[in-house]
Amino acid sequence: MTIVYMLAPLSLLLGLSGLAAFWWTLRSGQYEDPMGDAARILDDHLREGPDEE
Amino acid sequence: MTAVLARDLSAFVARGEDDRGRLELLVKGARCGACLAKIEKTARETIGVEAARFNLTTGKLAVTFAGADGDAAAVIDALDRAGYPATPFDPAQAIREEDREGRALALALGVAGFGAGNVMMFTVPVWAGVFGQELSPATREVMYWFAAAVATPCALFAGMPFFRSAWASLRRRRANMDVPISIGVILTLIVSFSETFQHGEHAYFDAAVTLLFLLLIGRYLDHKLRVRARGAARDLLALQSPAATRIDADGLERVVPVGEVEVGDALAVAPGDRIPVNALVESGASELDNALISGETAPVAVRAGSVVHAGALNLSGRLVLRAQARSENSAIAEIARLMEAGAQSKSSYVRLADKAAALYVPIVHSLALLAFVGVWAIGLGPREAILRAAAVLIVTCPCALGLAVPAVQIVASGRLFRMGVLVKSGAALERLAEIDHVVFDKTGVLTEGRPRLIDAPAAVVAMAAPLARASRHPLARALADAAGCGEVATDVVEVAGMGVEGMIDGRHARLGRASFVGVDSPHGSDTELWFGFDDDVRVRFAFEDSVRADAAAAAAELRALGIAMEIVSGDVAGPVARTAQAVGVDRWICGVTPFDKVGIVERLQASGRKVLMVGDGLNDAAALAKAHASMAPGSAVDASQNAADLVFSQGALRSIPESIRVARAARRRVMENFAFSALYNVVAAPAAILGLVNPFLAAIAMSGSSLVVILNALRLGVGRSR
Repeated sequence: MTIVYMLAPLSLLLGLSGLAAFWWTLRSGQYEDPMGDAARILDDHLREGPDEE
Repeated sequence: MTAVLARDLSAFVARGEDDRGRLELLVKGARCGACLAKIEKTARETIGVEAARFNLTTGKLAVTFAGADGDAAAVIDALDRAGYPATPFDPAQAIREEDREGRALALALGVAGFGAGNVMMFTVPVWAGVFGQELSPATREVMYWFAAAVATPCALFAGMPFFRSAWASLRRRRANMDVPISIGVILTLIVSFSETFQHGEHAYFDAAVTLLFLLLIGRYLDHKLRVRARGAARDLLALQSPAATRIDADGLERVVPVGEVEVGDALAVAPGDRIPVNALVESGASELDNALISGETAPVAVRAGSVVHAGALNLSGRLVLRAQARSENSAIAEIARLMEAGAQSKSSYVRLADKAAALYVPIVHSLALLAFVGVWAIGLGPREAILRAAAVLIVTCPCALGLAVPAVQIVASGRLFRMGVLVKSGAALERLAEIDHVVFDKTGVLTEGRPRLIDAPAAVVAMAAPLARASRHPLARALADAAGCGEVATDVVEVAGMGVEGMIDGRHARLGRASFVGVDSPHGSDTELWFGFDDDVRVRFAFEDSVRADAAAAAAELRALGIAMEIVSGDVAGPVARTAQAVGVDRWICGVTPFDKVGIVERLQASGRKVLMVGDGLNDAAALAKAHASMAPGSAVDASQNAADLVFSQGALRSIPESIRVARAARRRVMENFAFSALYNVVAAPAAILGLVNPFLAAIAMSGSSLVVILNALRLGVGRSR
């Protein structure tokens, strides 16, 4: 049972890192152009990330 | 296209932070990844361009130049040659719009999702304990403290949009649905904490976060919809002729942003360009396509002395104009203002859910207060009184009430979507259900929206076709369409406002107005073309904008639904009367301006009618925004599609009565759901006051009532659809 006291915070940490990743995607404008990004991922000539300008 | 002048568009190049020139363009015609690649490549390969990034979702291209100044015209010309017409944005409007509210909502949604997912890790084992599995009270308490640690910060953060809205509403002495939601969430947290402190069994940390997560999904989608509607009016303003060719005192032509044109400036407009501002024609003759302003496609001839309006397309001859107004006084700017005003008046519509909340909140909350006072008064003590009052609020927590409307509207929109109708908001469905009067635009809605050749022998059409193919006049194009592919006449000269002449098989021929070809015609000149070889036969081609096949059936269905109809068109009396007769509508008004259309809708609504406006042109946009509800076909201009509440697939007029039927059925389901929620609360609230409800029973009842509401909404989806 005591393993729970270690696993629970660990899994919370995992969840928090996911939340942090989501926060980062939001901040870096990755939801500004969903249609364009869907096309870019398929084309090697359009590799620029959304951060680059 | 036209004579390539050295165009000076430097006014559109803004200075970026790193002192490099930046240019924002609205690019039309991009559909897929291949277009995206081509647009970016074209822009990057233009001399002086350092970087270009195209946003396929919004259609905006951001160009960064290597130096402080850049050649905007070179980029635009290169894109134009590649087949993507581009329009520069005003530097003032090119400021990067940041959707702060959208980001805040998305973050709240993410936090609530994290909370809802992770709190289950601790509460599901507790529920297992309730059903006879081994779980010591000490472990349960630890689980609850874990759950509290996760849920409380998440719920407080994710609940902020609701708390803020509830507080704002309370300060205006009104109660919207966010008030009971906020009170419910906060109270659930408080009671759960007090339960956990007292080693109690039933805490509801999970319920608080999960409720917020589900509610935030709806809130976020709603926000996205509103942002798109706001963008419509801005894009419209950016699209009016962005640059004007000014003839300066020294006789040189300079391209200037339209905002710099002053009253009295001399302007040159080449064929194929749009009129930049309202103006008087000084010299030249041409024909104008007023489709953008009045919605009617028949070209209008203009000569020196004629008044022309901003947005009209110059078809055949070069014009020199004298500006009579600044660009912000143009018809398009006025339409954009009316659209915004209309959208605002619509936002004052009180949605069904808020009407229900206005009833629900005072009743339930005074009931809770009554329970508190009553229980204390009969001597059960303050602690029991608080618990029972809390039980009333939790058991009547507006889960079912909050779901009653959105669940039905999601199912109804899904059913309409399968029929090719796009519903833009839940409020639109509620308004559509109340409609008792439909106002139709004629061109493009009831009719096909383009002239079609009628009753002409194929041999005669083939004879005139070579000349028709050489012209860009709408009627000549219709003639060319009817003839199909073939040879083109040589030595073609387009005579502004009259027609075209040229050589076919070595013979000189003319196509155009009756007087141009050399006959006296008793008929109206806008719906006919004459063709003739020199000193030879003269033939007349008649054109008509044909009525859509299902227009009469749709009108009959609307009449059967008890809805009055009328046609309001900018066209002349003849075609409007014929269309009205063909469709079977008695009332029609012709020759109205876009502003008259708004006025007609306003008058009808002032007399108590609930008007549905159906239109497709820019001239309908303001009326669409003003009407109680509005629909636009998929072929409509962007501004009208954005102003309309519903967009139906092109040509399917029958979907109008069907949409109204679905909207009315949806309103019935919503009412049933309200009735059920009321019934549930009538039973549950007294039970809670009497202390008969323990929190576990309350949870079952709450989820049960939500389930009933959802099942009732789903009945709408399996209804008969034709």
